[in-house]
Amino acid sequence: MENILEISGLNKSYGDFALKDVSFSLPKGYIMGFVGQNGSGKTTTIRSILNMAKTDSGKISVFGLDSVNDTIEIKQRTGVVFDSLYLAEHLTAKQIEKQLKPFYNDWQSDEFFKRLKSFELPDNKKVGEFSKGMKMKLMIAVALSHKAELIILDEPTSGLDPVARDELLDILSEYIEDENRGVLFSTHITADVERIADYVTILHNGKVWFTGELNTLAESYAVLKGAEEDIPESVKEKLIGFHAYRNGFEALIKTDDLAGLPDSLEYEKANLDDILVYIAKEDKNERHAENNAV
Amino acid sequence: MKIIIKNKSELPIYEQIEEQMKTQILDGTIKEDEQLPSIRQLARDLKISVITTTRAYNDLAEEGFIISVAGKGYFVSPRNNELLKERMLFEMEEGLEKAVTSGRNAGLSDVEIIEALKKFMEG
Repeated sequence: MENILEISGLNKSYGDFALKDVSFSLPKGYIMGFVGQNGSGKTTTIRSILNMAKTDSGKISVFGLDSVNDTIEIKQRTGVVFDSLYLAEHLTAKQIEKQLKPFYNDWQSDEFFKRLKSFELPDNKKVGEFSKGMKMKLMIAVALSHKAELIILDEPTSGLDPVARDELLDILSEYIEDENRGVLFSTHITADVERIADYVTILHNGKVWFTGELNTLAESYAVLKGAEEDIPESVKEKLIGFHAYRNGFEALIKTDDLAGLPDSLEYEKANLDDILVYIAKEDKNERHAENNAV
Repeated sequence: MKIIIKNKSELPIYEQIEEQMKTQILDGTIKEDEQLPSIRQLARDLKISVITTTRAYNDLAEEGFIISVAGKGYFVSPRNNELLKERMLFEMEEGLEKAVTSGRNAGLSDVEIIEALKKFMEG
């Protein structure tokens, strides 16, 4: 399968934060959810893909092109949606269209105005006065009007109401119907990822904790509950984010490690939210700081 | 074709699609030789991932319910499809085995079990 995006061995440090050996790839034709706590490095990774941040080492290729040397061509073919508007707030959508037109080789005015209409965005109002949902849709309208083959969204759904979020999922589902396209979608709203993403990458403290098919992740982890004294010694070490409370404990466990556990311990499927929470708890436990990546 | 996805269901989404499509193929709601939506269309319609619909279609094709025609898409298998028949026979035998085991566990004689089956078939 051909990759539309490929990151290998990305390193970057500034202050007390560092991206450490970040590697993952997105095959053409699919949607990848990009999740992790605030400060885990998602935005820095996205800025690196777009050559908006200088990296220390590593290689990023988009459409098989180099993110640094071919950045102009990559930007022509990539649409971006950020959590805040990157367009001039004092202009109307009509004026913005005029401004963007000369920049893109494949700009389609009719497509842009068609999108404005279908998204119910006025073309004569200053875009700074748009609501958050309207701003997100405006950025999508721009992305869809220059034949972007890859759309990168950095927390587009934060602060959006459920209706606007649902509309975004609709738009992305429609966009990916063309199998030559791809979507990288960073968000805190894991339900959105669980619904439409094919792949997921979890970033934690600047490292890739998991990358792969969402189905694989969902099948790989379970939440284990029960009484602390029932946990076999050999399993204790394998628990992630172990948390004891008055009447028992909870922890994340790999489904591979479930075999042979006593019946007194209960387990249930872990969702993406569970996994993120237990990874964070594991940090606080500081029992073993090494990566638990599968 | 009608597919309803329950997000809160215990069944994974691809299995929900498989179950509902099988039922509709078997009861004739989806006709034989009927063209199905493409993998990507279905993903878009149901607002779910492409990998999920791919898995559902692959499983259904493997079990003989649908066939993939290169360059054209997916179609419901013809009724007389051998693979589908075999599959149905297998499922029938599985069901019978379960019924017989349960009957015997309940202390019924073989004659009584056969009587029960006859009654069941007469409705």
